Amino acid sequence: MKAKTTTVANFSIQYLQFLNENSKPTQEFPSFATPENLLALYRDLSMVRVLDNKAVNLQRTGKMGTYPSARGQEAVGVGMGSAMEKTDIFCPYYRDQATLLVRGMNMAEYFSYWGGDERGSDYKTPHMKHDFPNCVPIAGQLLHAAGIAYALKYRKEKRAVLTICGDGGTSKGDFYEAINVAGAWQLPVVFVVNNNQWAISVPRSIQTGSQTIAQKAIAGGFEGLQVDGNDVIAVKYAVAEALQKARDGGGPTLIEAVTFRLADHTTADDAKRYVPADAIKTAWEVEPIARLGYYLEAQGLWSKEKEAELQKELSEKIDAIVQEYVNMPPQKPTAMFDYLYEKLPHDLKSQYEELAGGA
Amino acid sequence: MSQITLIEAINQALAYEMAKDDSVVVLGEDIGVNGGVFRATVGLHEKFGSERVLDTPLAESMIAGLAIGMAAQGLKPVAEFQFEGFIYPAVDHIVNHAARLRNRTRGRLHCPVVFRAPWGGGIHAPEHHSDSNEVLFAHTPGLRVVIPSSPARAYGLLLAAIRDPDPVVFFEPKRIYRFVKQEVPDNGEALPLDKCFIIREGSDITLVTWGAMIKETMEAADQLAKQGVSAEVIDVASIKPLDMDTILHSVEKTGRCVIIHEAPLTCGVGAEISAQLGERGLLSLLAPIKRVAGYDTVMPYYKLEKYYMPSTARILKGIQQTMEHA
Repeated sequence: MKAKTTTVANFSIQYLQFLNENSKPTQEFPSFATPENLLALYRDLSMVRVLDNKAVNLQRTGKMGTYPSARGQEAVGVGMGSAMEKTDIFCPYYRDQATLLVRGMNMAEYFSYWGGDERGSDYKTPHMKHDFPNCVPIAGQLLHAAGIAYALKYRKEKRAVLTICGDGGTSKGDFYEAINVAGAWQLPVVFVVNNNQWAISVPRSIQTGSQTIAQKAIAGGFEGLQVDGNDVIAVKYAVAEALQKARDGGGPTLIEAVTFRLADHTTADDAKRYVPADAIKTAWEVEPIARLGYYLEAQGLWSKEKEAELQKELSEKIDAIVQEYVNMPPQKPTAMFDYLYEKLPHDLKSQYEELAGGA
Repeated sequence: MSQITLIEAINQALAYEMAKDDSVVVLGEDIGVNGGVFRATVGLHEKFGSERVLDTPLAESMIAGLAIGMAAQGLKPVAEFQFEGFIYPAVDHIVNHAARLRNRTRGRLHCPVVFRAPWGGGIHAPEHHSDSNEVLFAHTPGLRVVIPSSPARAYGLLLAAIRDPDPVVFFEPKRIYRFVKQEVPDNGEALPLDKCFIIREGSDITLVTWGAMIKETMEAADQLAKQGVSAEVIDVASIKPLDMDTILHSVEKTGRCVIIHEAPLTCGVGAEISAQLGERGLLSLLAPIKRVAGYDTVMPYYKLEKYYMPSTARILKGIQQTMEHA
């Protein structure tokens, strides 16, 4: 016997793309996608790749600690960063150099973070003064973002919070708790999931039984959208729309950006141990920077000569960043006491003096 | 002036500060319409509304994470965990984030949150509702840990905790929520967050304790007085940072010390106090330091609870051993 039921809920998940794997438009581009803006996005994407390559080199030569490259995922972060207003707030996870670059962070400061210096989280860029630092315990930042969003809503400010986690992060309790409260309280927060297919060595296929990650938003009572994470136009469009919706009081959105991690999880990982070689090869064929580059070339906006010029310019930029980074004077050892509380409590004075005395 | 209980003093402090400072918000499970399962937040929802008194979804990690985000934005959240036994999902956020936000950002961001919870045993509660887990937080740099033991100190210490720019774990001894009534003027006066309170002066022995154990410790002191032994009773109150100067000064005077706490003996806060007394007060001591504490067992389910918690008799036995030491 099969009992009768009635449908009480339905859902569908939409997929968004403007520029496909063959560098061909699949629909009319949004108004921001002018030649000038697309060229600027291309330059930002290229800068991220140069930055990551340099950082990995620095790590391999002992000048930086463990570093997470964003290779292959540059369009996610560039799209996000360029969709934000200065007055929005960003809660990163730890692979957000693309967003931070576009948002205006000093990249020497960014390098100093992975170089083992807390000052890398003391963002000096004025409009970033309330952004959160990197969040190493997975998915915690999503709840911080929800709390910040509540404060903005409480003060009736027309601002929104942008936050992000990886595909692995969507298995965490904190992810579900954040989705749940964001939907229950209609918070002005946009959750991006960087689905780069790998949580260190665990592939997306065994991370969750859900058909899409975007649909996890349905459980929170709000919209989940899947976008081609290698299409910077789609990412920027989706994030910008979602942020505006949040600022206008329309509540949260989850955007699953589908991409591929073309690097090791971090410099402490060896992806060759678990990512099939043919999967990497296929993924390179659809990577975000070449995709936009070929489109620009086909439009007569780019060329091999222009590419060479750009690489030379970026090479000079990165050299200046590295110089600033390696020449940063180290903190005094007693700095480890200076920011524990607003004022150092009496019971720590003798320990401070011991360290200051050169113990 | 009316006399109020410890839980009413908590409520009075919250109402005072919320009226004075509209950046103060309270959040937790059942704290709004219901006024909290112990009525700590009764009346606040009517007075201040749903935007400042938040009935949250059921998720402790979320409560802590939200509070951190709010605090970094300049709100002053007072987050409730319904019982101390439910704080564990929030420990990730309390230890990894609240305690470190100022440090990690070199002061750019900071975290003025109060994490409060009913704490300790003795009310015949269900399992997991009777623990004393203060040492976990006392061991975490960047936090403050405060445990009031009277209505007046609950009022003054909670005000101080809310006003403090750094995260405070505020544990309320639920066994004495309604034990005693006191006059507590609603004058908004805070107490210091880094001082012990000498609540009974004496000259023969120093009794160091906190929370609900104040009750049994004071009873022991009364019994001792009948025997001609004068006990000084110190309410630690601020577990972190610890005011060892007050304790050392007292032991210098009396030469003997018994530390009493409900939490399990091994690695409890009593061990820290004892270690510091040994390092800095050894030459004052006429007898070994004695700790009277919960056994190193899981807090038993309530039928056996009274055998676990240090009774007045057990405290007196510990004192007797200390006094008789040649």
